[in-house]
Amino acid sequence: MARTPATSRRSLLFGTAAVSAGALLTACTSNEPTNQEKAADNAAPAADDKPGKPVTIGFAGPQADHGWLNAINDNAKTRAKKYSDVTLEITEGSNDTAQQIGQIQTLINKKVDVLVILPADGKALTQVGLQAMRAGIPVVNLDRVFASPQAYRCWIGGDNYGMGLNAGHYIGEQLKDKKNAKVVELAGLDNLELTQQRTKGFNDALKNYPNIKKVARQAADFTVESGQAKMAQLLQAQSSFDALWNHDDDQGVGALRAIDQAGRDDFLMVGGAGAKSAMDAIKAGNSVLKATVLYPPTMAASAIDLARALGQGKGVGGLAEFEIPTSLTLYSAVVTKDNVDQYLPTGFI
Amino acid sequence: MTQPATAAQKQAPTSAAKSAGDQESSRRPGLRWDVRSLSLLGVLAVLVAVGGITAPDQFLAWSNLQLVLTQASVIGVVTVGMTFVITSGGIDLSVGAMVALASVWATTVATQEFGFAGILFTAVIVGVGCGLVNGLLIAYGRMVPFIATLAMLASARGLALQITDGSTQVVTVGSVLDLGARDAYILGIPPLVLIFAAVTVIGWLLLNRTTFGRRTVAVGGNAEAARLAGIDVRRQRLYLYLLSGLCCGIAAFMLIVLSGSGQNTNGNLYELDAIAAAIIGGTLLSGGRGTIIGSVLGVLVFTTITNIFALNNLETAVQQIAKGAIIVAAVLVQRRSMRGGDA
Repeated sequence: MARTPATSRRSLLFGTAAVSAGALLTACTSNEPTNQEKAADNAAPAADDKPGKPVTIGFAGPQADHGWLNAINDNAKTRAKKYSDVTLEITEGSNDTAQQIGQIQTLINKKVDVLVILPADGKALTQVGLQAMRAGIPVVNLDRVFASPQAYRCWIGGDNYGMGLNAGHYIGEQLKDKKNAKVVELAGLDNLELTQQRTKGFNDALKNYPNIKKVARQAADFTVESGQAKMAQLLQAQSSFDALWNHDDDQGVGALRAIDQAGRDDFLMVGGAGAKSAMDAIKAGNSVLKATVLYPPTMAASAIDLARALGQGKGVGGLAEFEIPTSLTLYSAVVTKDNVDQYLPTGFI
Repeated sequence: MTQPATAAQKQAPTSAAKSAGDQESSRRPGLRWDVRSLSLLGVLAVLVAVGGITAPDQFLAWSNLQLVLTQASVIGVVTVGMTFVITSGGIDLSVGAMVALASVWATTVATQEFGFAGILFTAVIVGVGCGLVNGLLIAYGRMVPFIATLAMLASARGLALQITDGSTQVVTVGSVLDLGARDAYILGIPPLVLIFAAVTVIGWLLLNRTTFGRRTVAVGGNAEAARLAGIDVRRQRLYLYLLSGLCCGIAAFMLIVLSGSGQNTNGNLYELDAIAAAIIGGTLLSGGRGTIIGSVLGVLVFTTITNIFALNNLETAVQQIAKGAIIVAAVLVQRRSMRGGDA
């Protein structure tokens, strides 16, 4: 039954070819960009930059499986490194609720001074937030909000409704002198609440401009591939329109590709989230992409600032209060060619 | 591997005869397959009518045909490979992950320095490499295909994530991007569609006109009988998973051309799309019968449905409900016409 392998000249040849192909491939795994520009280190000072009481901050986030979450981790790490009095305990990111609960409990047991938590699922992790607060560890809840306000001392996050609103206003202003203007929306994953909020904000903003009508909306799923596919269909469906809002710059890479392939340039496009590739395109100004609405990953850096202020018992610089606020909703700025240089360092890859 | 070996051993001679009969029908696509494919063509015709009525200006345009075929081409190539694997009684759950890994590996900064050839080579070799591992585990490691390829699904996706670190790798090599541009169309046909057509033709020839194809059908029909008939079943299985990997590598390259980037989320749920298209097309999930033409028609049915939905600007929820209903309807129509025509 057993076959004795006979080494023939042919298999030797294939073997050698396979080995050399393997060697070449291994050399190709490196993904370091040649000139690295990473994470935000904006100049705006926090409470104060002078070293104070040492603070240990525990940071737990989801698995960084796309650019924005990756930027969240980078921002947190870079910001923590900036302060000599901050020690950052960062967990391996996980999308599994049970696993993330375990990781946070470990951080509680280690008795870190402050916790920064970006939950994989806000509602599901509420209990562990409560647990930390009861153990006397203040929690800074990042972006995805817990179900109970008792589970965090401070919430900081982006504004999905505001993203849609600002995108709608920007497009409205650009098209306000145009009669019967048509607008198309390329949404993100439709079964997420944030997509619904973005769309609602966009619709509400467009209501201010009676000359503008939204003629089509299709949902992609935040991937480049889906962005290309859905945009290609939208372009086929709408032979002419004046503006497009795309919820997410990652899927926007695919959408721009589809627009390019269809040879269309008869409209203006606004992106969302603030990827570096989108900002580069806005800066170059040679594509339909004229603006993007931020969902800033720098919020992770601010969360570290807030956690440090909490740990040292200080307030936020520039505000009159002695304590940090309980809730901070960040502004979704519109990045255009005029201000892109300022935001470019925050763009994520 | 999906066949109960002991039972098969007992009735080996008769099964061998049966699988020989299957071989015969696979070698020449006779009446039975024509009916099968015809009914699917009927479904497609109904869809075209629906599209033509609901969105006449956009749907019946030449540019829309180009669009539908282009969107079908990537998953189409994957489905051709999948058809071979399923015909042999196996399953490959790792196709989406292999596409993701190959597309990501082929678009790293380091690979892009090698230009067009580097990207194409890497995509294909990574696909083949993954297929090789699948094949070795299944054929010689005696693992169940479902488990072996499930393991590959997990690790290939993981490796893809590790390489990208979650970021989107934008392709900057001009010659690769140009292949997807309008200027590259040959007689109005996008190059990606030509690749799809070539893979389909080669796949059809391979399955219906070669010893390799007959062996594939025989292994799927009854592995033990095939072994007794002198077929090296294990080597055949190895080749089949290798073939599926190769198709995924080619598909990954096509996806890079199409989307101008590599991302670890690429090829999401391709395994389900490819299996569904193959089954709707008339390939038996239990093995022993496969049809490339059916699979391609299956892919086209899915892509056309998506196209009609988008052109009519239907909501996502409605799209999903309708898609499920249409799949069921397509299979029922097909079965009915099968019964009427033959069998």
